[in-house]
Amino acid sequence: MEEKIIFKLNNKKTELVTDPTQMLLWVLRNHFGLTGTKYGCGIGFCGACTVLIDDEPVRSCMIPVSDVAGKNVVTIEGLEKKGKLHPVQQAFIDHDALQCGYCTPGMIVTAVGMLKKNPSATRQEIVAGLEDNLCRCGAHMRIIDAVEDASKAMKGGK
Amino acid sequence: MKKISVSSGIRRRNFIKLFGGGIFVFFQPWNVLDLMALPADQARSLTKDYNAFLQIAEDGTVSCFTGKIEMGQGIITSLPQMMAEELNIPIAKVKMIMGDTELCPYDAGTWGSLTTRAFGPNMRAAAAEARAVLVEMASVRLGVPASQLEVRDGVVVDIKNSAKSITYAELAKGQKLEKYLDPKPLPEDYTQYTYVGKPLMHSDSYEKVTGRAKYTGDLTLPGMVHARILRPPSHGAKLESVDVSGAEKIEGVTVVREGDFIAVISENRDKADLAIVQIRADYAFNEMKVNDKTVYDFINKGEFRTNVVRTSGDIEAAKLQCEKVFESEYHDPYLAHAPIETHTALARFEGDKVTVWASTQSPFGLQDAIVRELGMTRENVRVITPFVGGGFGGKAAYQQGVEAAKLARLTGKPVMLAWTRDEEFFYDTFHAVSVVKVRSGIDKAGSIQMWDYHVYLAGTRGAETIYDVPNARTTSYGENRAAYRVHPFATGPWRAPNNNTNTFARETQIDIMAAAAGIDPLEFRLKNLKDEKMIACLRSAADKFGYTPSKGPSGRGIGIACGTDAGTWVAEIAEVEVDISTGKVKVRRVVCSQDMGLCVNPQGALIQMEGCITMALGYTLTEELKYEGGNIADRNFDTYQIPRFSWLPKIECVILDRKDQPPQGGGEPAIIAVGAAVGNAIFDATGARMYRVPFTPERVYNALKML
Repeated sequence: MEEKIIFKLNNKKTELVTDPTQMLLWVLRNHFGLTGTKYGCGIGFCGACTVLIDDEPVRSCMIPVSDVAGKNVVTIEGLEKKGKLHPVQQAFIDHDALQCGYCTPGMIVTAVGMLKKNPSATRQEIVAGLEDNLCRCGAHMRIIDAVEDASKAMKGGK
Repeated sequence: MKKISVSSGIRRRNFIKLFGGGIFVFFQPWNVLDLMALPADQARSLTKDYNAFLQIAEDGTVSCFTGKIEMGQGIITSLPQMMAEELNIPIAKVKMIMGDTELCPYDAGTWGSLTTRAFGPNMRAAAAEARAVLVEMASVRLGVPASQLEVRDGVVVDIKNSAKSITYAELAKGQKLEKYLDPKPLPEDYTQYTYVGKPLMHSDSYEKVTGRAKYTGDLTLPGMVHARILRPPSHGAKLESVDVSGAEKIEGVTVVREGDFIAVISENRDKADLAIVQIRADYAFNEMKVNDKTVYDFINKGEFRTNVVRTSGDIEAAKLQCEKVFESEYHDPYLAHAPIETHTALARFEGDKVTVWASTQSPFGLQDAIVRELGMTRENVRVITPFVGGGFGGKAAYQQGVEAAKLARLTGKPVMLAWTRDEEFFYDTFHAVSVVKVRSGIDKAGSIQMWDYHVYLAGTRGAETIYDVPNARTTSYGENRAAYRVHPFATGPWRAPNNNTNTFARETQIDIMAAAAGIDPLEFRLKNLKDEKMIACLRSAADKFGYTPSKGPSGRGIGIACGTDAGTWVAEIAEVEVDISTGKVKVRRVVCSQDMGLCVNPQGALIQMEGCITMALGYTLTEELKYEGGNIADRNFDTYQIPRFSWLPKIECVILDRKDQPPQGGGEPAIIAVGAAVGNAIFDATGARMYRVPFTPERVYNALKML
């Protein structure tokens, strides 16, 4: 049975009539064409599908789309503001903090969510915050450096 | 040797039609190394036919067409560096067109750290000849002898009168010129490089941090459906009966069947996921009686084809002369590749022709497989490779591309097939299990006099000793899937294929001898080495580490290992902390020194070294595939643990300055020595010797109890 779901997607009001049991991941990718959010493991172990729901990093492969009714979903595509990259995105570029790039959107979104909650996260807190996001290429060291730098750049409420 | 005849790519005329005007440089990128890396029955015999290689377009852009693919190793940055160098153009003017079987010259595949060392020289030679052609054209247009011209940033300039000049763009304007080159190796002058040797950041970062980079699964086509395939519960299980009615009842789902090949398709991925589990199927099992615990006995009972790789001196006579003799057996388990992007393919038929977009390291291999399995002609099969989300050798296999093509033909619709994580683990071509047995001996002075090395199943990469030993033998068993079957499932190359195994065994054995001789393990290695490059790497790593000599076990937790891979020399020093109460190992620091000849992109090479060391923590500490016969027990990241942020040691890498040497491989070497360095560090910390990777807390704890 289809249902109308009203929510905000990348800060824009959105209406969708769909099967409410569909996973948010596939709705984002296949209905909205927001393919920056990736499938990695399907059961929340890898973090490649991470999006922000009301600023909280969430694994979209585990969330039925009906759960986001009335909420604000932000994907990797929603982080740029007026053509300017989010400081975390910029820091990933500056630190060359990626290789194949497949886990990158999930890493960035998770880091953005973490810094929203804890803007002055220490290196240890950054490690803990990213611990359940998997990267197989081994970009970890640079990712930690990038997030640490972004956190510094964001100080002052930017 | 069976060879497949070739007629690669679209016809030249079509190529020019497709890409407009300009100057087209065709050449045959024949390369011995590339072909050697392929099993003979998969290698194409290359004809003398030329294929497009690079185009100088009317706007001065130079497009490079290569069968190589980008999977994170950074060649999308380093190849343009080489192009820009030889053509004297700004790097931003180089465009890469990669992994498209219709547009790009044949390439066996992207593996073996071959892109820079084997493909690179071809490309640079062609680019250099292309520059000569352009200068010749400029000479005619400007009325200035070619010897009086030089190229600066894509502009051909008269060195006696710089007002006289013409750009590549102007030369290409209005042209439909084809040049056929026969490039020869270039005389190298490494001191004159502008781009090569400069650290460059990844050129694809912006696309990747914004989510714009398109991987196969991100593509979409009108009328596209998502597919899920019915899979057996275990390898070797045969379908006996099936009831698909449960799946058929789901609205918007169609069941597709051809013999035992059964799939569901839906416009909606969730519905395909829902439907596939509604299919009831019974199987007949024919399990091999072997699992991750019994496999080493199983191997030791086997009879294998023997290959004596090298022999020198007289092992048995030398043994009698040795002061001390050591016999050890090393075990190495199956490993999964586990790229975060699963094998994915999108296939579309248009008439008789199929186009398949696939995450693969071997687009041409997939093309041939579709030709074989679907009974098509090569002209009718096009494979395109978008960004690949990690490969590590696992995407040298391309089963998903064949499956998507089959489904597209059966359904008449474009089919997206993105394997689930479960399928990715099940159909992985795992790093093969192996056993290594070493007998070795030293004299009173601590010189290695005897080395008798037997490697089972892992093959010969990195198997020969790097040490100067008068009496040495290397024997390999069952390297080409011998009659004695061990693997219930597929195996294949895994980053620096099997060199991890061989380096772990050799370097542990060396450490055992050093400790028994009462000699510092660095000094013991230096004493027994003649290889200048290995010596230089070890000294460099020791300098960087701030290493002070001590015989093991010193209690400090420092371990050394070294080796060669893909033409590159590498030495690593690891520092660990061992929790004696649990056996848990924390790697605190890894220092790595590498001689890779001329380094094209030091930034990219550094990132590859860091990646190798980080990935190596997995095979060193946790990764070991659990299975029972053909049933793979590890199906996701909950039980199969790959490295995480908290495991990260401090990583410090040094690339030796060797501009005088040709460039070598960089994507794999630094992974080979981490296992042994960490194992040796555990010994140095505790006195417990590790003979089997991974060093799980349980194994380390048990080794500590044996002390």
